[in-house]
Amino acid sequence: MALETLQIQEKITQKFGSNALNFETQKGVFSFEVDSNSMHEVIQFLKEDQDLNFHFLTDLCGIHFPDNDENHQFAVVYHLHNWIENVRIKIKTYLTGNPEIDTITDLFLCSNWMERETWDFYGINFKGHPQLKRILNMDEMISHPMRKEFPLEDSGRTDKDDRFFGRTTINS
Amino acid sequence: MTESKINMVAPPEGVTGEGFFATKLNDVVGMARANSLWPLPFATSCCGIEFMATMASHYDLARFGSERVSFSPRQADMLMVMGTISKKMAPILRQVYEQMAEPRWVIAVGACASSGGIFDTYSVLQGIDKVIPVDVYVPGCPPRPEQTVDGVMQLQELVRNESVRRRSSPEYIELLASYNL
Repeated sequence: MALETLQIQEKITQKFGSNALNFETQKGVFSFEVDSNSMHEVIQFLKEDQDLNFHFLTDLCGIHFPDNDENHQFAVVYHLHNWIENVRIKIKTYLTGNPEIDTITDLFLCSNWMERETWDFYGINFKGHPQLKRILNMDEMISHPMRKEFPLEDSGRTDKDDRFFGRTTINS
Repeated sequence: MTESKINMVAPPEGVTGEGFFATKLNDVVGMARANSLWPLPFATSCCGIEFMATMASHYDLARFGSERVSFSPRQADMLMVMGTISKKMAPILRQVYEQMAEPRWVIAVGACASSGGIFDTYSVLQGIDKVIPVDVYVPGCPPRPEQTVDGVMQLQELVRNESVRRRSSPEYIELLASYNL
């Protein structure tokens, strides 16, 4: 018996009501949005329910939407995989300009490093994470570089001539 | 055995007589150092792959007295930095340089080690000369083995003509001090 997307949707709606919304299939992957406060519960339910059985966390990552309103500045996306039925789902949650969300390290140990990476690059605070510190960037860094307000380029470069990068109008 | 194909390094300028040869100590030390540079490969990306070819039989860096690749900084003379150095790795590179004994030389191989290359970004060190002094820069992305060999030969020229007193000169101490070394 294959696990149908309608079946997942029904179970989630039955349990969480209006906290889970915008069910759709994006590029062949069933996706929906969840209120950030009930994210931990939703993932726990998806993992522990006998029928759903999404026991594998494929990935977890952040997104920054600087043009959105104050309550939709950041997003965290979770990809889960049920290996037995070979079904994948994607869950998205929006966060405010001061992003905070509960950790899921108690459910998936592998999320430890993924959450650290998301904190490193987006400054999203995972409440209850055992060791929320930088993982890929150097410890001295003060910015969260994947946020759009931080420049991508290194300001310390001395051989850079603006004329060769199309940054000046007068090519003198 | 007919003709030997072995090339010997020519002796430095000096006065030859019956049973003696007189020359400057500086020249002898320079010649010895230049023809026994032990490289420490600090390879982080594609320039390191090119270095493997440089070291192997076809290009054979051993011809220049660099037969023995030292993987301990304490027994190396020539630090060859090949590849992108991220800012997180910069302190490690510095530590490796600090562990090398004097006299020590540094070659920055490739665009990344020389200037950051195409990686003009927050995570990449914009040239290793931001953290350690560099003697020779080898351009290329990645440089061909011939270019790396040319870089080593340029360095040999520097080493050959370096004064034995240079490492204790005030200029050199000042140079290290400018890097907080």
